[in-house]
Amino acid sequence: MPSNSEYTIFICEGTGCVSGKSHEIRLALEQKIAEQGLSNVKIDFTGCHGFCEQGPIAIIEPDDIFYTRLTVEDVDEIVQSHFIEGKPVERLFFKDPVSGKAIPLYKDINFYRKQQRIILRNCGHINPEKIEDYIEREGYNALKTVLGKMTPSQVIEEIKKSGLRGRGGAGFPTGMKWEFCQKEQSDIKYMICNADEGDPGAFMDRSIMEADPHTVIEGMTIAAYAIGANEGYIYIRAEYPLAVKRLRIALQQAEDMGFLGDNVLGSDFSFIIHVNEGAGAFVCGEETALMASIEGKRGMPRPRPPFPAQSGLWGKPTTINNVKTLATVPVIINKGSEWYAKIGTEKSKGTAVFALTGKIANSGLVEVPMGMTLREIIYDIGGGLIGGRDFKAVQNGGPSGGCLPASALDLPVDYERLAAAGAIMGSGGMIVVDSQTCMVDLAKYFLSFTQEESCGKCVMCREGTLQMLKILEDITEGKGKEDDIDLLLELSKAIQAGSLCALGGTAPNPVLTTIRYFRDEYEAHIREKRCPALVCKNLITFYILPDKCQGCGICKRGCPVDAISGDKRMIHIIDQNKCIKCGNCLDVCPERFSAVTKVSGEKIEVPEELIAVGSWQNSESEEKL
Amino acid sequence: MATTVINVLNQYSRDRRNLIPILQKVQEKEKYLSSESISEISIYLGISENDVYSVASFYSQFRFIKPGEHTVKVCLGTACHVRGGARVLETVERELKIKPGQTTADGKYSLETVACIGACALAPTMVLDNEVQRSMTPQKVVDLLKSKNKAENDAK
Repeated sequence: MPSNSEYTIFICEGTGCVSGKSHEIRLALEQKIAEQGLSNVKIDFTGCHGFCEQGPIAIIEPDDIFYTRLTVEDVDEIVQSHFIEGKPVERLFFKDPVSGKAIPLYKDINFYRKQQRIILRNCGHINPEKIEDYIEREGYNALKTVLGKMTPSQVIEEIKKSGLRGRGGAGFPTGMKWEFCQKEQSDIKYMICNADEGDPGAFMDRSIMEADPHTVIEGMTIAAYAIGANEGYIYIRAEYPLAVKRLRIALQQAEDMGFLGDNVLGSDFSFIIHVNEGAGAFVCGEETALMASIEGKRGMPRPRPPFPAQSGLWGKPTTINNVKTLATVPVIINKGSEWYAKIGTEKSKGTAVFALTGKIANSGLVEVPMGMTLREIIYDIGGGLIGGRDFKAVQNGGPSGGCLPASALDLPVDYERLAAAGAIMGSGGMIVVDSQTCMVDLAKYFLSFTQEESCGKCVMCREGTLQMLKILEDITEGKGKEDDIDLLLELSKAIQAGSLCALGGTAPNPVLTTIRYFRDEYEAHIREKRCPALVCKNLITFYILPDKCQGCGICKRGCPVDAISGDKRMIHIIDQNKCIKCGNCLDVCPERFSAVTKVSGEKIEVPEELIAVGSWQNSESEEKL
Repeated sequence: MATTVINVLNQYSRDRRNLIPILQKVQEKEKYLSSESISEISIYLGISENDVYSVASFYSQFRFIKPGEHTVKVCLGTACHVRGGARVLETVERELKIKPGQTTADGKYSLETVACIGACALAPTMVLDNEVQRSMTPQKVVDLLKSKNKAENDAK
């Protein structure tokens, strides 16, 4: 029976889904629907839903059906079955990684159900390139309220009462930051949005700008009104081309409709926003470095005071806020500071957005009230670890943050409690790791990042991180010495004390927390020359198990350096001198044989020359004979 | 060549604040910053070539040698790291026989690494000519480069 229902299908066109060809899927849908002459189906697109791993994603309204992992080949079936016959396509439903059940409706998916989306409220629900969609969901109402009924001081008071703190990581109270700048007497002031989301492992700012750019513009305009700025800059990473494009479209639309420009909404307040693209320097996320970069200089931090509120961009009073902070502002104005202050914990109000990634079943963006435990976030929302494996650690806050062990799982997440445990809220990166991740290697990874990104101004940051990196390299290569751990701790203290900005000040955190919670792993590397996670290349060996090898030759063909010798129905052998430990043999060995193994700190006996499959006897069995 | 740079310069006022946007635009058009371009920019903005270099060399986005026809960027963000990003990079290095920052002898491929492209849920990722490739494995790298080469040979 043909369906007469009206449908709207929203295809996600965030960076993740676009990489899965969601744009092509939309075009194919448009073509198919035109061919079939269906007038009851509308096609639109949204920005990022935050559930990128399941992408490409589509939502069909009004039923609220949620399709995942779409391909162009699925288009015909969706049109025929769902839109013509009225039967949703079951095989495209989301499959819960824990229960294995197919879940048709968006609202029933655990990943979304336990979230409270304030900052991400519009993400995935509106077309980011249509200002009308934003306006339909209370967009620019807050700006109207502020310009029509509130003085700048009243706005600041409202934000102060809400308890909003900077979402860039440090958690400084936003209302106070605005007040400092407002009180400065100056003919020119600047409002900057820090969208230089440089932390590896964090992508919420990108998603917000791709999915809901107007909320950032509205929040920024309100902030500018409060501090008395007429000119603003959005400093955004050049690595985010789609976000840049959507921001530019949104700025033009806002200007056309009078939300930006001269005499905003007929008031005597004028405000314009420029977009500056970053050029790939992590340190530019630091506010004084960011301003130097806008001024066309090397992005190096300078001492504070003077703080930007007194002397910022070109020496003028300046306020810098993070994307998420600004995206929260319109909601606070619309719903009131009292409503906002009820969410969260005593000192950390509102919600926090985390980028939940790594070895987690449901990778994606998660927004929860402050105070939720790590366990709830990782298990209830994240669905636990991939393949139900055991949790080992969670790394919070990127290169400035720390690694927390299983004993910290019941820790309620807020600024203070994370800091007390040695991690930080930071940018909100939350990377879950299992037993296959080596904590020493992870610490080395972060340190090599900060070492590379150190601008070089402060000696301790420039040289100290290099020395720490060299020590960590030695440890992971089996050249670690007994007093290396103490030396790392000592260097960490010196770097924290001797660095101007937070890059150096927090660079030792990943090392400090891994030593604090996973000291035994450091000791295994140093004393036993063993990597328990089987990651550190110099400490691991690959073997072909002679009793399991069936002589199929797949590993030999896949070895990029010809390190495997063997012949048909002969037991294959790895030449350890040639092996580069790429792990390809382990990947390609058929599961039914599972003849390749990786070990650390042990030796497995293998034949010295080629022998036939089945003829292997190790020294023990020979002795028995 | 010089006309491209001059066309870019004419879109901006002679103000130092435009230095980084100019460098970005010139690189977008010319794929890299040649010493001639740097010289043009320095004259236009009235700042020394030294100064232009000091800014350009600070930011990892800028290149001073001509890149290959195609660019492979391997993401080394944290999520990619814990899901095997290093193996992806090693495979690309092996297949193309170059290290990050280098270009193949035939001028076809350049290899770069990037700290994070913000597609962490798709880890490990790499970017081939602005297209994000998700959930990469060593085998997928080999296949992808093969099919890219095949498509080009067929086109010829």
